[in-house]
Amino acid sequence: MNNSNAMERLYNGLVKENPTFVLMLGMCPTLAVTTSAMNGLGMGLTTMVVLALSNMIISLLRNIIPDKVRIPAFIVIIASFVTMVELLLEGFIPALYDALGLYIPLIVVNCIILGRAEAYASKNPVIPSLFDGIGMGLGFSFALTCIGAVRELIGAGEIFGLHIMPDSYVPCAIFIMAPGAFFVLAALTAVQNKIRINGEKKGKDMSKMQSGCSEDCMNCNEKGCSHRFYGEGKESEQK
Amino acid sequence: MIKDLLIILISSSLVNNVVLSQFLGLCPFLGVSKKTNTAAGMGVAVIFVITLASAVSGVIYKFILEKLGVTYLQTIVFILVIAALVQFVEMFLKKFMPPLYQALGVYLPLITTNCAVLGIALTNVQKKYGILTGIVNGFATAAGFTVAIVILAGIREKMEYNDIPESFKGMPIVLVTAGLMAIAFCGFSGLL
Repeated sequence: MNNSNAMERLYNGLVKENPTFVLMLGMCPTLAVTTSAMNGLGMGLTTMVVLALSNMIISLLRNIIPDKVRIPAFIVIIASFVTMVELLLEGFIPALYDALGLYIPLIVVNCIILGRAEAYASKNPVIPSLFDGIGMGLGFSFALTCIGAVRELIGAGEIFGLHIMPDSYVPCAIFIMAPGAFFVLAALTAVQNKIRINGEKKGKDMSKMQSGCSEDCMNCNEKGCSHRFYGEGKESEQK
Repeated sequence: MIKDLLIILISSSLVNNVVLSQFLGLCPFLGVSKKTNTAAGMGVAVIFVITLASAVSGVIYKFILEKLGVTYLQTIVFILVIAALVQFVEMFLKKFMPPLYQALGVYLPLITTNCAVLGIALTNVQKKYGILTGIVNGFATAAGFTVAIVILAGIREKMEYNDIPESFKGMPIVLVTAGLMAIAFCGFSGLL
């Protein structure tokens, strides 16, 4: 295991294939829990733990799991880790557990996790898979924290609970309510569109940059989201 | 009893709309809302699957998980049961009700493990609903989803020929629309 490979995986998850800003995956939790920077960070780190551990185990078992039942097997592995993390959160960080509520068990259906399992962990050795999970998880945490911070700043005038805006600023509370989530994401996708259009004009390959899963949060393997992961998976196979 | 059920019906379908205030099932909401009739088809399929799934998961929770004292396994059990259930429903409809299969068949694989289905099974447990209440809650939530997706599809059909700034074409303008709808649905919170 060389260091550069691990760093490359981290860089890939954080910047090159950032699951939120570039690939636009896992939108349900992204919208639901980013009411504050703290919640976003909590959700991101929780997802990262599940992603790293499930990537590791799936990679360990990749030669044992028969190809035909791999998706159910992956789901059981992921669901087990989610349950463990949920119980740990309930026991040790009850405040975060209450804030995230239903969205903790719903990490199971986050398409980033199944997408990474399918596209990377099931084809690559253990250590790179672990770092791949950590990288993707960090990218997701970073994105959720940013979105949460923007919403908290506009909606409550605070970041991480610290008062930032001058007292004369009247918080626009709609940004920490449901509609605000849609508007922030709309702005984000608009910026993304702009970058893609500019990139295409310069003749760069922007095919990975798209908005959202197509139809289903979890049927990634066949349609929609993880197709964009696939290309990358094949490249590393050839190496 | 009837009054409680009515309150659940209204609160789950309109006040706490599953897509617009809880963000569950967002992918089909954004992905299958280009035309009104496909949106309606998707909505009916979702009603069907979610009602069935909340009945089945309610029964399993009450008579298996609670009896054995293993309620902490709910996430794992529910997701497998739901995935299997949708496959089974698909086979059943194909064999015994071909016309219904033709109408809903295309949409069924899309909702196999949609987060809304799992989300409602878990909400029913979290709120300690009984089996009947759970079914009503499931139906109401799915009906709320259908209302939202049909409205969005209607708006998107109208928007088709509008002049939209280049970078807002596609997903961004749909999200802005969804945000405005969410504001409108906030108005329902005065109902209860």
